[in-house]
Amino acid sequence: MSFIKPIFRHPTQTKNKAGFYKSDYEGRISTLCAGCGHDSINASIVAACYEMNIEPHKVVKLSGIGCSSKAPAYYLNNSHGFNTVHGRMPSVATGANMANRELTYLGVSGDGDSASIGIGQFIHVNRRNLNMVYIMMNNGCYGLTKGQDSATADIGSLSKSGSRNEFSPIDMVSMALESGATFIARSFSGDKKQLVPLIKAAMSHPGFAFIDVISPCVTFNNNKGSTKAYDFIREHIEVTSEFDFVPIREEISVEYEEGTQKSVTLHDGSQIQLSKLYSDWDPSDRNSAMEKLQQSKANGDILTGLLYIDPGSQDLHSTLNTSTLPLNQLTEEDLCPGSATLEKINTEYR
Amino acid sequence: MSEQIRVNDMVVRFANVNGTGSSSANEVFSKAVFRMGIPVAPKNIFPSNIQGLPTWYEVRISGKGYLGRRKGIDVMVGINPESMKKDIAAVRPGGYFIYDNTKQLHDDMVRKDIHMVGIPMMQLSIENYQAPRLQQLFKNIIYIGALSVLIDLDLDVVKSIISEQFEKKPKLIPPNHKALDLGANWVRQNLVYPFNVRLKHSNLTDDKIMIDGNAATGLGAVYGGATVLSWYPITPSTSVAKSFEAFAKKYRKDPETGKNNFAIIQAEDELAAFGMAMGANWNGARGFTATSGAGISLMNEFIGLAYFAEVPMVLVDVQRGGPSTGMPTRTQQSDILPCAYASHGDTKHIMLIPANPTECFEFMAEAFDLADQLQTVIFLMSDLDLGMNIHMTEAFSWDDSKKYNKGKVLNKQELEGLEDYGRFKDVDGDGIGYRVIPGTHPSKGAYLARGTSHDPYGRYTEDGEVHAGEINRLIRKFNTAKYLVPKPELYQETFQSDYGIIFYGTTTYAAMEVIDILKEEGGQIDAMRLKAFPFQDEVKEFIEAHKTVYVIEQNRDAQCRSLLILELGIDQSKMASILNYDGMPITADSILFQLRLQMEGFNGQLPSTNNHNNASVSHH
Repeated sequence: MSFIKPIFRHPTQTKNKAGFYKSDYEGRISTLCAGCGHDSINASIVAACYEMNIEPHKVVKLSGIGCSSKAPAYYLNNSHGFNTVHGRMPSVATGANMANRELTYLGVSGDGDSASIGIGQFIHVNRRNLNMVYIMMNNGCYGLTKGQDSATADIGSLSKSGSRNEFSPIDMVSMALESGATFIARSFSGDKKQLVPLIKAAMSHPGFAFIDVISPCVTFNNNKGSTKAYDFIREHIEVTSEFDFVPIREEISVEYEEGTQKSVTLHDGSQIQLSKLYSDWDPSDRNSAMEKLQQSKANGDILTGLLYIDPGSQDLHSTLNTSTLPLNQLTEEDLCPGSATLEKINTEYR
Repeated sequence: MSEQIRVNDMVVRFANVNGTGSSSANEVFSKAVFRMGIPVAPKNIFPSNIQGLPTWYEVRISGKGYLGRRKGIDVMVGINPESMKKDIAAVRPGGYFIYDNTKQLHDDMVRKDIHMVGIPMMQLSIENYQAPRLQQLFKNIIYIGALSVLIDLDLDVVKSIISEQFEKKPKLIPPNHKALDLGANWVRQNLVYPFNVRLKHSNLTDDKIMIDGNAATGLGAVYGGATVLSWYPITPSTSVAKSFEAFAKKYRKDPETGKNNFAIIQAEDELAAFGMAMGANWNGARGFTATSGAGISLMNEFIGLAYFAEVPMVLVDVQRGGPSTGMPTRTQQSDILPCAYASHGDTKHIMLIPANPTECFEFMAEAFDLADQLQTVIFLMSDLDLGMNIHMTEAFSWDDSKKYNKGKVLNKQELEGLEDYGRFKDVDGDGIGYRVIPGTHPSKGAYLARGTSHDPYGRYTEDGEVHAGEINRLIRKFNTAKYLVPKPELYQETFQSDYGIIFYGTTTYAAMEVIDILKEEGGQIDAMRLKAFPFQDEVKEFIEAHKTVYVIEQNRDAQCRSLLILELGIDQSKMASILNYDGMPITADSILFQLRLQMEGFNGQLPSTNNHNNASVSHH
């Protein structure tokens, strides 16, 4: 295993509109296990950021603790990041976002980090509709401590040692739907074609965008009988739609069959184009999304793709009516009421 | 029961039922004394409850300017039947018990050694006001009116305060004034007045204001440039957040757009509250949180992260009675050690310890500069007595030429010229590296902040030597802090005594009174007040210059004494301790009692005292 990442740029590599090569969005060499689903998600993040023409230093990457939360070291080397404490990434992301509303906040977490120790902060960041992308790398186990079941493990799922999980799983997508997220999707680490446009759309969405990405743990939870194993996922996956994301001012090139086409225009003018595979599902209706989700769960299917989007989403800054200029750019002049006002305040306390 | 007349020297206590509107009437009383130019120190002794339980409001009035609590109640206004027996017992012999005699007092309640002063408060109220709720409220105003005659409280001053309070509801002014007159006139027609303890106009409150420490702290945050507040409700720190919010709404709205130059988030718990404020600081804004009691315990994990990832942070701890849920509405100084070394692993934190609301304002504003300069957590160690009671304090002042000190932060241009940037490199030898705020430069200065061990470039490391090097640098940084935090205050130019006292925070009021009493008696003890941790060399010099040093503090375990011994390497046999931890603010009498008791056998350095202020002495 090599620990030094070669500085190599493919001769045919081209710059994006922001003037960066794809390699400018990469990180340090991954120390995750070979074949780990998380590395595929990292690659999708790199691709999405490159294709979105985001300047790397305008992205802030955040994480909690666990295998997934080590990931920010493996992408976006030129972005600032904060590897926080276990289950507490949402609060740090919230504060960072309050300080500067102009950057893009990209949080990654795991199922242990989000669904157990961090479930409180997860739910509350949903209900505040913080403007961030929250990717949960979901492998149903605690990888870094050698494979204990997590709260997203399905009942009856078998661990590598053959023990059976007896506890009801927490479906984080349903949680997000219930607690106020305004962009909710599920994907699979192995489906880059679906995941990259989802991440792109999530980054354009002005509000809390949650993507639950099933990401098998090759070392501890890829065995027969596990419901988070590659084979099991591939057999049970169902998609809501074919999906494409069209950034603002780009021409829409995808065309879908008549009658199934739906487009959602985002706040900044960019568009989500999708071809629905179910006529009874409306992605901009929370109830309809919930129903579809429950239906597929009952059928034993893992429903992926965009599940719900609120095109009228208003993020936390608009709820709090914070200044347009980022708070971290305000100076004494904006912030300090000065001595004359203080003298007036003194008078009120006499 | 004839006694000499005492002017501007008394303790008045109001015994009420909480939720009956008594507290605003009682506040009018203290404010009127203050406006008469007489130093006053009110204390709200309240239950952790919203309605129906006993609550007391105790006002120390002192022409000598003593602002600490004093035991021995001269005038008790006993409105609460539930606590009346205890309230009557609490009056000092020769004192006064004022009660509502609308219903006759039972004979066995009557004490012969005090003045029992019955006033038909409820009857007067019922005769003059219709609605039961109003009858209840105006009963409170009626006893203030009665008191005005009984102790020479200037009724015009009281009336003007009420007029100001109801400036926006002028309809309420006449009925309130009428209630005052009802009480005053009844006393004039039926009782001998004034009492032997009475008030006289003075001029000792010029340049002073009356404000609670939490309001001052919130205002300090506004002046210090705080833009992000995340908090979780907990007594007694809640009003820090509420005060910041009120001041920010008034003084921090953009005049053109009406948008807020601040963001306030009520978090889901104390953990999130800390995380949010820390995230804001990491991203270049000034964030803070305020908490008490269990909140400090809950924040410990994040405190360690801010310490090790070196993120500026301001944390207000309004200390209350512990351990565990403890006494949420009583005061203590019992978080000194837990905050000094908060979180697992080797950690040390900076504490600022204000002793009055003026210092709450100043230290809070300063805390943000210190946090940015030192890139770590700054604890503002307030307490319930300071935070939730109104104190007479120096008016606030601000130097308009002051610029916020953001510490070592590199901008885009500075980064351009740097070939080898490392976030934690100790370039200047003071243990403090250079920060880069996210979004500054497209290709330079980015790093992954983390709570895992890292090298000077912020990269993960498991190399023991590199780790030890970083941990040692944090101690260099901590030593740098000694030169930046407020210095201790010395109360003498040269040392006069073999004995010294050390105190901090709200213990100061009582300690100052002790120094004064000893001086009056011809004794002398040297004194020093701590304002911050880490301790400077002056602290060590003070201790070394004295044979015995008494550390006065309000906790069981003599926490600050331990901290002094640990941090300064002091011989513990010379460090004595004077303590108070019953949840009530410490009194001068209690300090004197303990001091004398401990000094027996020390060859009587201090002369014995007269029976000062008729006060009973508390034993611990």
